[in-house]
Amino acid sequence: MATETARNTTLRSPLGRVRGFGSAKGGTHHWWMQRVTSAALLPLTIWFALSAASLAGASYEETRAWIAHPFNAVLLLASIGLSFHHTAAGMQVIVEDYANEEWAKVAGIYAARAICWLLAIASALAVLRIAVQG
Amino acid sequence: MATFTLPKNSTIQPGKTHKAEPGAKNVKSFRIYRFDPDSGENPRTDTYEIDLDTCGPMVLDALIKIKNEVDSTLTFRRSCREGICGSCSMNIDGLNTLACLKPIEDVTGDVKISPLPHMPVVKDLVPDLSQLYAQLRSIEPWLKSDTPPPPDGERRQSKEERAKLDGLWECILCFCCSTACPSYWWNGDRYLGPAVLLQAYRWIADSRDEATGERLDNLQDPFRLYRCHTIMNCARTCPKGLNPAAAIGKIKQMMVERET
Repeated sequence: MATETARNTTLRSPLGRVRGFGSAKGGTHHWWMQRVTSAALLPLTIWFALSAASLAGASYEETRAWIAHPFNAVLLLASIGLSFHHTAAGMQVIVEDYANEEWAKVAGIYAARAICWLLAIASALAVLRIAVQG
Repeated sequence: MATFTLPKNSTIQPGKTHKAEPGAKNVKSFRIYRFDPDSGENPRTDTYEIDLDTCGPMVLDALIKIKNEVDSTLTFRRSCREGICGSCSMNIDGLNTLACLKPIEDVTGDVKISPLPHMPVVKDLVPDLSQLYAQLRSIEPWLKSDTPPPPDGERRQSKEERAKLDGLWECILCFCCSTACPSYWWNGDRYLGPAVLLQAYRWIADSRDEATGERLDNLQDPFRLYRCHTIMNCARTCPKGLNPAAAIGKIKQMMVERET
């Protein structure tokens, strides 16, 4: 539908084109979660930046011990989950904005999600291994 | 749909220069986009040197002077010449505005004029706005109420309820905002754009309207509403000083409110 409009190859009336498939009755959750994760990441990112700075010069064992501390491990896992959720949601918006073809849009959105999922699991596993093994 | 380069037949060529009459002292150059679909030629930029001592103060005055005295083929829309009809919206000096409200003296250097961006061009400064009109039609910009009006008078509204429409009713549908919005450029076929969303909110905010939920249903869509990324070009460019982005923000707020 969109491609027909862009290439001017349809005789459908403008109103018919604009109404298209109708409202998707969605998008609010996606938009709101982007805002919620931004707000949650604000204090978490400040905490992480300050902690990382305070660990400057610390030895390998000291750093492991810091990550293994339950308080730090929980906040690290929260930061990982929220960061990648936020990244995936943001990437989806960028793909929807700029991808021309329908297949490219779908492929781009799911590729971004898959990459974020895998990176999130890998990061979480790294924290968990240290936190659980001590 | 994002398109970053112009097709070959749309690239702008240098055009003719119409010199000012000898003896003119206060000369300003107007560089105007010209396109004639019947000629088969590419668009071009023509330059008109105008003596400001014999011209009115606004850009529209210069355009009318050019059409009357220099080049009658120059095509543009205009009607009221006082910023209430919205016909003479165009891009002047890099900003979408109304030619009738834009003083020539506000422009430093040459006055560059082109049609509203990213719309199909009918001729010269006249863009094809049929998609925007269809989008306006799609949000059903009229009062919808199942309750009949009182038999002895009009539908009543408190002063506070009426005040909610201020900043909305003033819109004259010149579409300076929608055509200034990058999100509308890329996805105008599905995103409604700032002008139409401001109109949608004008009816959502109207206390006399009984179709608020239906109106919100119609807008709840990743493309129709949520392509707005608060870029704010709409508020910056609006020749009436309105803020479509704020209206869109209020629609988004209501969307969340009805879910929580």
